[in-house]
Amino acid sequence: MLYCRYMEHHTSPIIDIRGVSKTYTETRAVRDLSLQIFPGEFFALLGHNGAGKTTLIGMITGSVRIDRGTIHVCGHDVVRESFDARRCIGVVPQEMPLEPFITVERALRYQRGFFGRRQDNELMEQTLRTLSLWEKRHAQIRMLSGGMKRRVLIGMALMNEPRVLFLDEPTAGVDVTLRRELWDLLRALQRNGTTIILTTHYLEEAEMLSERVGIIKNGSLLLVERTDELLRRFGQRQWRIVTRDECTELPDTLTALGITRDTEHPHILLHTDTGAPLSVVLDALRNAGITIHDIDHTTQSLEDIFITLTENE
Amino acid sequence: MNRIGLTTLILKELRRTVDVILQSVLTPVITTVLYFIVFGAALGSHISLRDGIPYAQFIVPGLMMMAIIPNALGASASGIYFQKYTGAIVFLLTSPMGAFEIATGYVVAAAIRGLIIGGAVFGTAALVTDITLAHPLLAIMLLTCIATTFALMGLIVGLWADDFERLTLIPMIILTPATFLGGVFYSIDMLPSLWQHLTQLNPFYYMIDALRWCFFDISHTDPRISLAFIGVLCILSVAIVGILFRTGYRIKP
Repeated sequence: MLYCRYMEHHTSPIIDIRGVSKTYTETRAVRDLSLQIFPGEFFALLGHNGAGKTTLIGMITGSVRIDRGTIHVCGHDVVRESFDARRCIGVVPQEMPLEPFITVERALRYQRGFFGRRQDNELMEQTLRTLSLWEKRHAQIRMLSGGMKRRVLIGMALMNEPRVLFLDEPTAGVDVTLRRELWDLLRALQRNGTTIILTTHYLEEAEMLSERVGIIKNGSLLLVERTDELLRRFGQRQWRIVTRDECTELPDTLTALGITRDTEHPHILLHTDTGAPLSVVLDALRNAGITIHDIDHTTQSLEDIFITLTENE
Repeated sequence: MNRIGLTTLILKELRRTVDVILQSVLTPVITTVLYFIVFGAALGSHISLRDGIPYAQFIVPGLMMMAIIPNALGASASGIYFQKYTGAIVFLLTSPMGAFEIATGYVVAAAIRGLIIGGAVFGTAALVTDITLAHPLLAIMLLTCIATTFALMGLIVGLWADDFERLTLIPMIILTPATFLGGVFYSIDMLPSLWQHLTQLNPFYYMIDALRWCFFDISHTDPRISLAFIGVLCILSVAIVGILFRTGYRIKP
């Protein structure tokens, strides 16, 4: 994984957040939060509504003031060297703050201009074609569907050729087909070296794309961990064993292996992974005189883990 | 300074004017023609002015102000307000453009819009009446200063407004009445003494009077006082806009 490779080479973080806090009147949106994200990473920031994700992104990208702490992006302090920091950032906001009467092409041109970059027609065409917006380049934004508007936002963020791309709920309200197209695009961007920070409500999305996840609640990070590590550590596997006969009582040899009865279905036994090899479990069932009719297993998804972690805290 | 960013913002805002060219330029031109028909031709022949200026010419500076001031103010106010309203302000705030570039972009574009429309009114007036400028260079400088001042004030209104009602409140409640009462259609010496004194409290009076001096080399107030007054108003507006942008008033939490 990229993250491991960079960590091994002691690469400096491309985003270095140290002890940042933000309070809106009475509400503490972000509390003493620290986080490092490394070049080329795909990082997912997860949290319920109001957890502080958008505020944190706002502080990094310059649209929200920082009360306390420091943030460096590409080695530049986002307050003292804000322009240098912003030059390497692209932002896809959560809402769709697009001006309805300008055309797609003009929206992208303006965005490149705001970043002080000369217009590049080749990049414009390439971006629009990649996002399947080339045919719509002369259409006014108000004439586009929700999914197209979302792609316009991504195109605008890409016109700056950013080293770090922030996507705040980029696939909210986007249909399944388009969502998968966007995933492919994000993967391609990452392959080209762009660091991607994603916030999403679709935890499947974070599981599919991100190398590391951070879970934020009430403005604090509950954990930051590699996605596969998190799934391995918290993602309990469970077997569902369908028996030929009803099981009214279970011998101690089976309960000791973590096998329980499904109280609603007398033909079903549940076995939560306790580390014992599956062959031992199957032998124990056979020795107890239980005939297995069918067996399947489930693994906790990132969504289950997220719910468990955020509800437990 | 982010020159490309600044130029982009100015062109973007001017494009808004071009996109609604019929509404932005043709409307004030038609309004001016109507004013000339009603006041210049129909009523003007019955009004005699102390300085011997034909009435149709006398109203030209005021009509230009009536075009420039609301357009300069409205352009910057609506420009920044709609960015806030749609949330598109985030694209400026996250770009390497500072408070100076953003404010300058809106103000320059709004002032240009005001001056273009003011120029269109002057052009229309020149077609229907034989008017010339006594101090053309000073007129251009004065109008540029006034357009800039009201573009700055428009930014203040646009930042302050958090709904459409507030956005239109200042132009409707203050601007239009104050411009009318600033002596667009009458000379101050036509008024009773009390109203003459009250008129001298109206900032628009000094602006119209100074422009009238640029046209006819005649004014009621010393043009230096009027120019100083306009200069102070401009500096004050720059200071307020500077503070609002630096503190991120209503755009950056």
